[in-house]
Amino acid sequence: MFGKLTLDAVPYHEPIVMITLAMVGVLGLALVGALTFYKKWQWLWSEWFTSVDHKKIGIMYIIVAMIMLLRGFADAIMMRAQLAVASAGSEGFLPPHHYDQIFTAHGVIMIFFMAMPFMVGLMNIVVPLQIGARDVAFPFLNSLSFWLFVVGVALINISLGVGEFAQTGWLAYPPLSGIEYSPGVGVDYWIWSLQISGLGTLLTGVNFFATILKMRAPGMTLMKMPVFTWTALCTNILILAAFPVLTVTLALLTFDRYLGTHFFTNDLGGNQMMYVNLIWIWGHPEVYILILPAFGIFSEVVATFTKKKLFGYTSLVWATAVITILSFVVWLHHFFTMGSGASVNAFFGIATMIISIPTGVKIFNWLFTMYRGRIEFSTPIIWTIGFLITFTIGGMTGVLLAVPGADFVLHNSLFLIAHFHNVIIGGVVFGYLAGFVYWFPKAFGFKLNEKLGRIAAYLWISGFFVAFVPLYLLGFMGMTRRLNNYDNPAWTPLLAIALVGAFIVGAAILFQLLQLYVSIRDRDQNRDLTGDPWGGRTLEWSTSSPPPFYNFAKVPEVKELDAFWEMKKDGSADHIPAKYEKIHMPKNASEGLIISAFSLVFGFAMIWHIWWLAIVSTIGMLATFIARSYNTDVDYYVPAEEVAAIENKHIQAKQASQA
Amino acid sequence: MIKKRYPRLFSLLSSLGVTLLLSGCDFVLFDPKGQVGVEEKSLIITAVLLMLIVVIPVIAMTILFAWRYRASNKNATYTPDWSHSNKIEIVVWTVPVLIIAVLGYITWESTHALDPRQPIVSDQPQMTIQVVSLDWKWVFIYPEQGIATVNELAFPANIPVRFEVTSGTVMNSFFIPQLGSQIYAMAGMKNTLHLIADEPGVYRGLSANYSGHGFSGMKFNATVTSQEKFNEWVQEVKQSPTALDSDKYASLEKASFNNPIERFSSVTPNFYDVIVEKYTHASGTHAHSHSKGKE
Repeated sequence: MFGKLTLDAVPYHEPIVMITLAMVGVLGLALVGALTFYKKWQWLWSEWFTSVDHKKIGIMYIIVAMIMLLRGFADAIMMRAQLAVASAGSEGFLPPHHYDQIFTAHGVIMIFFMAMPFMVGLMNIVVPLQIGARDVAFPFLNSLSFWLFVVGVALINISLGVGEFAQTGWLAYPPLSGIEYSPGVGVDYWIWSLQISGLGTLLTGVNFFATILKMRAPGMTLMKMPVFTWTALCTNILILAAFPVLTVTLALLTFDRYLGTHFFTNDLGGNQMMYVNLIWIWGHPEVYILILPAFGIFSEVVATFTKKKLFGYTSLVWATAVITILSFVVWLHHFFTMGSGASVNAFFGIATMIISIPTGVKIFNWLFTMYRGRIEFSTPIIWTIGFLITFTIGGMTGVLLAVPGADFVLHNSLFLIAHFHNVIIGGVVFGYLAGFVYWFPKAFGFKLNEKLGRIAAYLWISGFFVAFVPLYLLGFMGMTRRLNNYDNPAWTPLLAIALVGAFIVGAAILFQLLQLYVSIRDRDQNRDLTGDPWGGRTLEWSTSSPPPFYNFAKVPEVKELDAFWEMKKDGSADHIPAKYEKIHMPKNASEGLIISAFSLVFGFAMIWHIWWLAIVSTIGMLATFIARSYNTDVDYYVPAEEVAAIENKHIQAKQASQA
Repeated sequence: MIKKRYPRLFSLLSSLGVTLLLSGCDFVLFDPKGQVGVEEKSLIITAVLLMLIVVIPVIAMTILFAWRYRASNKNATYTPDWSHSNKIEIVVWTVPVLIIAVLGYITWESTHALDPRQPIVSDQPQMTIQVVSLDWKWVFIYPEQGIATVNELAFPANIPVRFEVTSGTVMNSFFIPQLGSQIYAMAGMKNTLHLIADEPGVYRGLSANYSGHGFSGMKFNATVTSQEKFNEWVQEVKQSPTALDSDKYASLEKASFNNPIERFSSVTPNFYDVIVEKYTHASGTHAHSHSKGKE
């Protein structure tokens, strides 16, 4: 009846897990209670859960990403604490069964459930506004993507309390992840949470690719697109090309585990090296999927806050395109030590180094944008300067790892760990957090507290160095990754320093939460009534903050790069149309959420081998899908009078604030 | 007596770099005890110094520009519409291209010179040690001496060693940091790694690729001695009452944590090949394997 699922699946004997579950339970009950008490369920359902508005979906993505950042960071603190104490015969406080789940979950959560949704969330909020569109190309699909992603999040969190998570490392190399060496449900949780959320990501790629190519405002040719939109376009091309590889790789592993096939097993002709190749053919583009939008954010931020045109727009765009293509021909640098021939290793090493050329050009472009500018030191620019210094160092260690001869001693060491945290924290996280501060007033209508934001940024940057410079050094001391305990006393002091660094980052995160709290509390003092709080250059700043649900009452016409800047210069930015027209908009839809709810049940049933439930939920998914296909009542028109009323309100508020 | 394996273009730069870097004995990669490790150390230093040609100016320019062009400094030049310069574009594309061209050349040469499969040139005859990773221990087979050990590695200094590396379980990576390169141990695969130790000593070895719950215990000491001491050690091992045969191997295949050192006075001939063939078609023990291959 319940497949492999029994009451023993709950880890009663692990106090850390049980305390966490109790806390989550209490918080969850408090939330449910509050929603019921204030009668907010209806509001939550109709304004948020079933919304197809790209801005609301974007906000929901980022909320989930931030919650998962806390979960992933809790994992990080536990790992650093374990290694600071587990020396000289001590086994620390985390036995391997638990510790190995933690480092696996940390990687999976931070990449798939923190960085990816943060990026998709920012893209959702910003891209349609930047290109002068009223929504994405397929608003319903967008809602479905979001909820499929939430299913992945739900499954990985359920694994904490029911069963276990994978103990394989975040990429689950077989044969370790095969049924012979990992007979438990951990790897199945890994497979289904990635497979279902990965499908959501792939649909996002389709959606934004179509949106950016087909829905730009009249006059916005490709070379007049804002840089963030350019990077979003390249990222979605990468998603379209890379995620199907992940889907297939996961499917083959699934066949091995569920049907007894031998794609990646040790015996009967299975080939583990094929898996490693496939997973990195997806995995390497994945890091560019994450970093390119961050490059876009820095480009927007640096131009806005230096009050200057972006230097070398054309070469920035070409550099992005070159990186997009090259990111597919470097995957083998993740396993030079597998035993490939020297020419193969050298080819992939040199291809990897070549990527540093366009990346270096980008860095110089931002530097020469700052050159002869008027730099305002607000939080986003602090993130940018932190990024420029940190990321350059991370790029250097990355090129070093691309030299096979150097990689032979640095591979899988803590030097590698330090390197990819250097580029992911220093590039991706700093970038998204800069974007968060930068576009927050656009999404919510008020600015974040500046002082607390700066403290958080300084703590993040310094915490990063205190946490990861010791890891670089430990790599030179021959310490490898994923160790649970060790007997080399020389490593202990540096691991203790790294733990201190993790606490500094923890303080930075606390300051960010405090910043959110204080900013929401004081929101009335920090309202953005103009829609253009920073003196922006691109179209998202030409509408109100937050924008009306239809974004633009009149679709803007683009003549130049930095369209809004030019409109402000020639005076057309303040132009008030004589009359408004009705606007065609999509209706809310609950089917995305319902299909995803069924897919959650399906994933859970597959993990625990509850076959009847898997069949029932599959039927549920298909039935909802078919019902949606026959639903023709999916759109409506906003009457011109309603548009006029909303617009006049914004114009009055804007004029009052400028008076 | 040992031939240099690739022309060291930047030996001057390298020796300069060594003095800049910490070389305390804890930093084992900067205190290599074998030819391969020495070359890799100088490769690391050369590559870093080359990249610093760009990295240092970038960091300096970041700080300088941020300070000089801060909004409150009204004396600084302000050119709000200046966004293109052919001269700057040429410089920012050319300099990285040149550096990567040099580094790419070094990479091509060094990757071939440091190819783990390539024997080390020496006037001493090479010896072979076969390495098998199991859950969670290392088995070392000495085919020339006819002995085997678990988690204990010994060989003479200044003798090139050919390690043949495979796995009887999941993937591991055989790594003695102070001697140089590592290589993956994979079931059914024969990987080869050539190393040499320049002086006697005890060097820590471990697995560099996570392989399951007992992974942290997959460490061993590589004891490098004189040829005489090594011969004595071989004689000691030969006193061991146990032999490594398929029965003993079956018991070793069972998972164990922090496995103690074990010694085997003899080993079934070609036992390493038997272990490898267990997971390849060549063995013929899986006659049905062809019908069950990939679709």
